[in-house]
Amino acid sequence: MFIVKYIKEVLSAIRSLLVGMRRTGYYFTHHKEIITEQYPDNRNTLVMADRFKGEVVLTHDENNEHACTGCTACELACPNATIKIVTKFDITPEGKKKKAIDKFVYHLELCTMCNLCIVACPTDAIKMAQTFEHSVYDRSELTKILNKPDSKIRAGIE
Amino acid sequence: MFEEIGTNTEGDLIINVGPQHPATHGVLHLVLTLNGETIKKVEPHLGYIHRSIEKMCESLTYRQFIYVTSRMDYLSAHINNHACAISVEKGMQLEVPERAQVIRVIMDELTRIASHELWWGAMAMDIGAFTPFFHAFREREKINEIMEETCGARLTMNYYVPGGLMADLHPDFQKKVKEFIILFKKKIDEYDELVTGNIIFINRMKGVGLLSKEDAVSFGVTGPAGRGSGVSNDIRKLYPYAVYDKVQFEEILETGCDSLARYMVRIREMKQSILIIEQLIDNIPEGDFQAKTKAVLKLPKGEFYTRVETARGELGVYIVSEGGTTPYRIKFRSPGFSNLSALDKMARGSKLGDLVAMMGTLDLVIPDIDR
Repeated sequence: MFIVKYIKEVLSAIRSLLVGMRRTGYYFTHHKEIITEQYPDNRNTLVMADRFKGEVVLTHDENNEHACTGCTACELACPNATIKIVTKFDITPEGKKKKAIDKFVYHLELCTMCNLCIVACPTDAIKMAQTFEHSVYDRSELTKILNKPDSKIRAGIE
Repeated sequence: MFEEIGTNTEGDLIINVGPQHPATHGVLHLVLTLNGETIKKVEPHLGYIHRSIEKMCESLTYRQFIYVTSRMDYLSAHINNHACAISVEKGMQLEVPERAQVIRVIMDELTRIASHELWWGAMAMDIGAFTPFFHAFREREKINEIMEETCGARLTMNYYVPGGLMADLHPDFQKKVKEFIILFKKKIDEYDELVTGNIIFINRMKGVGLLSKEDAVSFGVTGPAGRGSGVSNDIRKLYPYAVYDKVQFEEILETGCDSLARYMVRIREMKQSILIIEQLIDNIPEGDFQAKTKAVLKLPKGEFYTRVETARGELGVYIVSEGGTTPYRIKFRSPGFSNLSALDKMARGSKLGDLVAMMGTLDLVIPDIDR
């Protein structure tokens, strides 16, 4: 009796092995169902989702103008002190003092891409860029100043 | 006191498994007392990935602290965020729009499927089958793509905010989820073909890691691990949150009490998750995706406790508020910690090789245990 049970077990083991191997063989002969992304080779054609959170950028238009008023709403919303806004006072043509950003410092190394700053911004000045290749040789390169040199605040944004 | 590595006075061998061991999926450190090949004692040592998340949350506002909880049980990040969002909403007595609640449930169930798939692949790899890992990740990639499109990230999404969602659904969301449902229903049969029906696999799982119903209750083992021992503990059924009381699904119970039962619970649970998504995907109500909230959230003085069902079991979020903008104290009751505590009971008297099967079916996520 024992020998019959033993042989039965061996046969069922072979059968279940074949069932599994049939599935493996199916994919071996159906290359079109394989969905591996050849990442570094397909860099030119790779499209990221438009909501992908890569890094925070301050959007500038063609006149080198941005929409940041320096209200520090994003700085307050950030859980990790990623954003630091340094403000200065511009003299307007009427001779009045007006607050403007001097430096929009962004620490990418501290950022967790939680999107809270983007939601908090009242003027939609910042947005998430879809970049993801952030490797650098030195940590200091990750601290970025987001406003471009000589950029100004767009007229009409308070 | 911890015993030293080597041999003790009774001649038993004391060895380390981990903290860097391929079968522990992270920095889990087990000190085993072995008599020959028989396990006499399993002693988990924790703290290798402790980030003091509970303490961190005390200095963050009610909007900010949600993102940290994605880093606890990173495989069910959405569900962790859901628990935190609910407890803040409970405190503020905030009414969440119906649309947001439905979307939350769909996202939760997609996360559950993704989590169970990763578990399935990783567990089969622990047992010695390498192919299932790639099969599981192929389907999980589809969910990741859906998440990436709507939430903007693949693993730590931070999509839930107190009062609703951070953004509305991507226009392609429904189409992609429907495609996924059709695909997944085909593929789950392949899983059974590859692993579940395999006689070698069944022999390795059956009767291994026995945990009786009484022990499961007394150790506080929740989730699929507890349901494998026949304990009815699905929070979605017992204390429904969001729209779980409006959908039809079955609470999976197995009475085998062994590793195979826990395995079957998860496999069957994936099918139930698909059922829930099918019911909701065409019935997402129109409306706001976020309730109107003030710029600064404040909770009234008091204590608020929420429990949800993550992919691993019951997650409890306990907030003590002093009336300010930050919580006075936060405590997370994580499922992984209680489930790990039952490992000693399961493993005593069994062979060393079976330990991997037990750890695999407990579905341990180490950052969830250590927090």
